[in-house]
Order: sequence, then structure tokens, then C-alpha cells
Amino acid sequence: MNDDLISPGHRTCAGCGSILAARHMLKATGRDVIICESTGCLEVTSTQYPLTSWKVPWIHVLFENAVSVAVGVKAALWAQGNEHTQVIAFGGDGGIVDIGFGAVSGALERNDDIMIITYDNEAYANTGIQRSGATPFGASTGTSPHGKVSIGKKVWKKNVPMIAVAHGAGYVASASIAYPKDLQDKIKKAMSIKGTRYIHIHTPCPVGWGFDSSKTIEIARLAVQTGMWILFEIEDGKFKKMFRPTELMPVENYLRMQKRFEHLKEEEIKIIQDHINQTWKELDNLEKSGVNLRTIL
Amino acid sequence: MIADGRIKSRFLEVESEFSAISSVAGAVAAGSRAFTATCSQGLALMHEVLFAIAGMRLPVVMVVTNRALSSPINIWNDCQDSISERDSGWIQLYVETVQEAVDTIIQAYKIAEDNRVLLPVMVCMDGFILTHTVEPVELPDDVEVKKFLPKYKPNHAFLDPTRPMTLGPFTYPEPYFKLRKELSLAIDNSKIIISEVNEEFGEMFKRKYGNGLIEEYKNDKKIAIVSMGSVCGTIKCVVDSRKDTGLVRIRCYRPLPKEDLIEALKGKEIVIVLDKNISLGLGSGSVFSEVRDVLYSLKDRPKVVGCVAGLGGTDIKSKDINRLIDESKKMKDGEVVWLI
Ligand SMILES: Cc1ncc(C[n+]2csc(CCOP(=O)(O)OP(=O)(O)O)c2C)c(N)n1
Repeated sequence: MNDDLISPGHRTCAGCGSILAARHMLKATGRDVIICESTGCLEVTSTQYPLTSWKVPWIHVLFENAVSVAVGVKAALWAQGNEHTQVIAFGGDGGIVDIGFGAVSGALERNDDIMIITYDNEAYANTGIQRSGATPFGASTGTSPHGKVSIGKKVWKKNVPMIAVAHGAGYVASASIAYPKDLQDKIKKAMSIKGTRYIHIHTPCPVGWGFDSSKTIEIARLAVQTGMWILFEIEDGKFKKMFRPTELMPVENYLRMQKRFEHLKEEEIKIIQDHINQTWKELDNLEKSGVNLRTIL
Repeated sequence: MIADGRIKSRFLEVESEFSAISSVAGAVAAGSRAFTATCSQGLALMHEVLFAIAGMRLPVVMVVTNRALSSPINIWNDCQDSISERDSGWIQLYVETVQEAVDTIIQAYKIAEDNRVLLPVMVCMDGFILTHTVEPVELPDDVEVKKFLPKYKPNHAFLDPTRPMTLGPFTYPEPYFKLRKELSLAIDNSKIIISEVNEEFGEMFKRKYGNGLIEEYKNDKKIAIVSMGSVCGTIKCVVDSRKDTGLVRIRCYRPLPKEDLIEALKGKEIVIVLDKNISLGLGSGSVFSEVRDVLYSLKDRPKVVGCVAGLGGTDIKSKDINRLIDESKKMKDGEVVWLI
């Protein structure tokens, strides 16, 4: 029986995308896994003492050290002669992309044999939606509010997958909860590879982004269909797009469904659209070129 | 040793002290023995993790080679770094000699891993004074050590896919409060085990350190100096040359051995507490204020005076200590002097 390794009864908000990422992750890994999680929405809502939703060994120490904890867990398993258990550092974009990034970079540089998975809800959700390095351009958050003279977040999203490849990571991928098969396949493939593997999962947040909780998957899918979130895989340095519609939908379709982008004016949406078109094209060129990002970056 | 294949361990080349202690936490949570060492800024960087480790009841052992904290930046010895972590829930043992450091590290694992304790232990040794000097040390025999400290087999909570557990969950106010109280009781109760382990070590290796908690040296005089660490070596020399003063060395600062201190200090005329740290805003070192607090319940309290000394590696000489003892006779109860 393919039973769920995340029990129901956790306290995530209705329509939470992040808990789905956890669920799909465990469907791919099975029971032989240890999850090292950072402080954030999922940790708080899935392990309310004395209850837990995790049917696999799970540890939380702090906000910024899930990766270093995982490195230690892996070393202990090595000492115990255990070569089979997968060790995964699992954290929000705040924990992985921002405050814990030093440890991410350290693990990648040493090529420690762990998997790092970011569930990216594009903000510090647990503390009430502040901007993170993964918050997209133009999004309004508590610490990047829009206003008469502010567009919201003024800079583009930090591109951690590419930073991971620049460290020489053997397997890097992006994924989305709207494409669970693709997500699980990527985790399974990552499990077959040694060294530091990095997977970045897009997980919409109804509360933080301002959309109806029934629309989580729709929003996640639209992100991919508009090119706001690009599904790719970089195996052994070779970039490959995993989802390639004949034509991208206008980004407006995605933005207009969310309160965090409500304030954007037409010309501002155009800036985002142009940026996406450019990125989409560049990535095609990158794929065609066949360059090995592990060695040239 | 690992590079030469002399011990089969994994050396983690982490990028920061924060990651070092986090990885040690992960390794111990996964059921293995681990070790790290740090001091000063490195220890301060670990601050957040220290509290988490104690709260999670992980039997981690770490050496702190005590050094001053910035600013101004200084690389020499004092105890400000570990004293500033006194409330973290770690057992803190302060050693006097390099030999004691070696012996105490072995003892520390036995204390930490005892099912009645399950707490992290910090072995504090004075930076430079003990870490950069040559001293003859008898290294305990490997086979004997393995007898004293057998292979680690955790039987409490640890990460194991065949027995899944959630470690480090989120807690609401009441369970949080209850768990903190349990932690407080656990560290208090560890005094018995610290003493036991010191005795057991003594029997096996023919070396022990006071009763494990405090060490009294010629403490049958009307004046007693109370201090910690390597400076106690100097104080012992001074004590040898005087008729009026003895020494009480605090070996275990956390948990604070209150009963032992009362027993050792009651009936004294003067108690002089020498601190290598300063609690800014309190105007004295932490050991001074705590010893004074401990003695408060005595009917005939000794006069307790304090001395802040040795900050940033400033030398503490025998003549300084002699002068301090002479001056203490004229000092008021509660008065603190700076040895500078
Ligand atoms: C050092 C530190 N700073 C701040 C916090 C408070 N805090 C807890 S969770 C969190 C944000 C988590 O954001 P993210 O990693 O994106 O996860 P999410 O909550 O969005 O799931 C913050 C700031 C903390 N726990 N530790």
C-alpha cells in the first residue's frame, strides 16, 4: 500500500501548498529517510507537541541550520555503517535561501551527501509574510509594501538553483506541487545520485499571496504555464526544461489572481512579462548550447 | 589522526562554528558520539544552538578554550565566553590543568550520556594558559578508556527510520514551561552523577578532582579564596606560603554546587571570589554574585569580597594574590576590586 507518510490533522491553513510538497516528497522517498527541517510554517503546524504528522524520523533544531544538522546526521549514519538512509534538509525559502544560505553553500562546496529541498512560498509565511530573497519582483509583503512610491519588492527573485549549480552540484531541479509526478520523479532521481542535490519546489500560499484556498493548485499550475516558475532539471551540469508549452500564457493571468500583485500597473506588469520572455529565451539558448554549467560557471 | 587513519571517525570541514555545533547536534541526534571545540567569538556564534541542544537533551561534549570576547578584539584568556552561556542548560566543568582537561573530556561523555542526565557538557579550559603551554600529561590507556566509556548505545530518542520519532517539535506555553522545569531539575540532579563519575574515574585511573564539583585545598583557614580554572594553580602556591588562606576551586560551575559551597565556606571570616569575567552593569564577576547569594542563607555569613582579574589575558601573579588577600581584610562586605 502506498500509504501517506504525512498524517492528516496538522494545523496548516486550508489550501497550504507547502504541506503538499512534504507529502509528495515522502511519497517519493518512502520510509528510509531522515528529515531535518528548519523553523517555519511547516515545522510549527506539523509537530504540535505532543502530536506529530511525520511518520518518518524528523528533527528540527533552528531556523537557519537544517542543512548543517543534516550534514551531522549523515556523518552519524556513516559512522553506523548505514549507507542507505536518505538525509534531507527541508526548509522554507527563508530558512534555505536567506538566513541558512551560508550552510547551504558550505554543504554544496564540500559536496556533502545530502539532499536539500526548499519549499518556496516566496515569503517568511510563519511570521506573517515578510519578503525573502525568494519573493518575486513587484510582490507586496509586510516588509516590501507597495505604496505611492513603492512597487513592492524592488529586485528579482534570488536564483538559488543556479547558485547551486555554480557550486558544482551534480543534480539540481525545480518542481511544482501542481506537477506531482514530475516532482516525485525528480526526488527519486536525486536519490540515486551521490553528493549534494538541490531541489526547489514552488508552493503557493493562499494567506500570503492573497487567493482563495481552493485555488492553490490552479495558481501553482498557472505559475508554470506563464513562465513565472520554470520547471527544469540540471543533471550533471546539463540544463533541460521539463515543461515546454507551445506558447506561454500572459503573466497577467497569474498576477491578477493574487492580492500581493493587485497594485501592479500595466507598465509594471510589462516589466515582468519582458523579464520572463527574456529568461525563457535565454534558457532555451542555454539548453541548446549544451554547456556544462558545473564546469563553466 | 583521522588523515593518518589512526582513528576511524569522520572529520567535518564545516564553514562556521554555527554549522559545526549544528552538525554535532545532528550527529548526536542520529545516535552517534561527536565532538567539537571552540572559544570566544565562535562560542558566541553558537549561542542559539547551545540552548537548543540542551532543550533537546542531546548528550553533546564540547571543549571551550576560554578566551575574551570582542570588543575590543583580543585573543587571550578570560572566561567571559563560557560564563555568558551559563544559562544555556549545559553542564560546565572548569579545569585547572591540561591533565585535568584530558581526564575531564573522558568523564564528560560518561556524564552527558548517563540516562539520569542526558545533557550537554562543556569542558572549559583556559585559552593559551593551558592550550599553548607544555605540560607533562599522562594519556589514559585506550583499552582502559574503552572500559570506562564503552561504545555509545543511545536508548532514548534518536533518529532511526525503523523507529520514527519527531525531535524538536513546536510547543505551546504550558508544555514549554513544564519541559523547561524538567530541564532545570535534570541539570540540578546531574551533580550526583558528576561526583560519581569523578570517583569512578579516580578508582580506575588513580586521578580525581576534589569531589567532582569543588576541590578544597588547605581549606582549614579563616580566609578562603574561591575561583575556577588554571589560576587556581597560582592560588595554591600562594596558599602554600601563607598561614591564613585556603582555596575552594569550583570545578563544576553549572550546576552550581550550592550545598558543597556552603559546607566549604561556612564559618570563614572572609571569602574572596576571584572572577575572570565581568557581568557588565552588575559591577562584579558572576561567580562572586552567585557565591554571595549561596552564602546568604547562613546565619553567620562570612564577609564576601570580589575581585575581577585577568581579563583579556592579563597576567595574575602570586604577588597580586598576596596583595589581594592582605587588602581583603580592610575591604567592606560586598566590595569588588579590579586587579589591574
Ligand atoms: C534566527 C531566527 N530569526 C527569526 C526567527 C523567527 N522565525 C520563525 S519562522 C520564520 C520565517 C520562516 O520563513 P520560511 O523559511 O520562508 O518558512 P515559512 O514560514 O514561509 O514556511 C522566522 C523569521 C527564528 N525562529 N530564528
